[in-house]
Amino acid sequence: MLGAITVLLLYQTIGEIVVLLTGLPVPGPVVGMALLFVTLLVRGEAPAPLRDTAERLLSHLSLLFVPAGVGVMLHFERLGAEWLPIVLALVASTVLTLGVSALVMQALRRRSRAGSG
Amino acid sequence: MGERLSEIWVYLAASPLLGLTVTLLAYQAAHWIYLRANMSPFANPVASSIALLVVILWSTDTPYATYFDGAQFVHFLLGPATVALAVPLYANFARLKRELLPIGGALIAGAMTAAVSAMANGWLAGATRATVISLAPKSVTTPIAMGLAEKLGGLPSLTAVFVVLTGIIGAVLARGVLDALRIRDDAVRGIAIGVAAHGIGTARAFQVSATMGAFAGLAMGLSGVVTTLLLPLVLRFAQG
Repeated sequence: MLGAITVLLLYQTIGEIVVLLTGLPVPGPVVGMALLFVTLLVRGEAPAPLRDTAERLLSHLSLLFVPAGVGVMLHFERLGAEWLPIVLALVASTVLTLGVSALVMQALRRRSRAGSG
Repeated sequence: MGERLSEIWVYLAASPLLGLTVTLLAYQAAHWIYLRANMSPFANPVASSIALLVVILWSTDTPYATYFDGAQFVHFLLGPATVALAVPLYANFARLKRELLPIGGALIAGAMTAAVSAMANGWLAGATRATVISLAPKSVTTPIAMGLAEKLGGLPSLTAVFVVLTGIIGAVLARGVLDALRIRDDAVRGIAIGVAAHGIGTARAFQVSATMGAFAGLAMGLSGVVTTLLLPLVLRFAQG
């Protein structure tokens, strides 16, 4: 558990350093995720403690969004003034995104099955 | 006695302990309500704990910055949690390789739809420039979205609010939308939820089925990467 947390923090740190050095337009944790993924591919397995820790951390993922969400109180004024475009943008784009990604995946799946079959 | 109590309050209100404790308490209360409501998406624990905390901070006159001094320890974990996404990604790599084209196509189409439609709708309905840019990364998980908003000239804390709202909206609407489109396969449903509603949608998907959750987690991680790579290009194009 302790070792696994150290690994996660280490990869995040390496990710941040890579972003600072290269000026990549990517957040550091994403680079850390990519590097850890490549490491796991090279190793050919994910060590059990890392699997457990990752699973535990991700099972409480919802909780981690709460502090940022409470930040809504800083933006009440803007939200009050622009609530209609914001609600419209959020709802319409979420429905569209759900629909488009599901339909595209289904269509491409059928095509590749028809191609191979 | 009253004086003593207010002394204690002054001490606690100034220490990070209170913000952290109240966050965990509020979340667990919200989760309890969620379980009592048979995990109805309308009782989403993120939404109700945020509402509860805002009411508490308001009624005690506590500024957000003071609260965040404590809550930042929870917030900080978003970074390592993002790195940890590599693990389910690796675990599902075989499935990903088998369906590289359908999943890749869905990710690119979904991520572009999310960003472009959010900006276009916001802009057409009259939102200000800062709001429109802050809307762009709203479908990816918070640490990625906040990082993107900062790099693109939006307001990271506003983006964080949009991300959370999007996740809640996605978790609430996913079943209805996907049922209406007659999408029955758990893998396809999972990918759609992960692309549209990141971690909050993924948390919901895991409760429906492990397969749906795995694909949602996969989509959440990869759509974060896809959005990170494509969004700067989209914005450059949109601004001519």
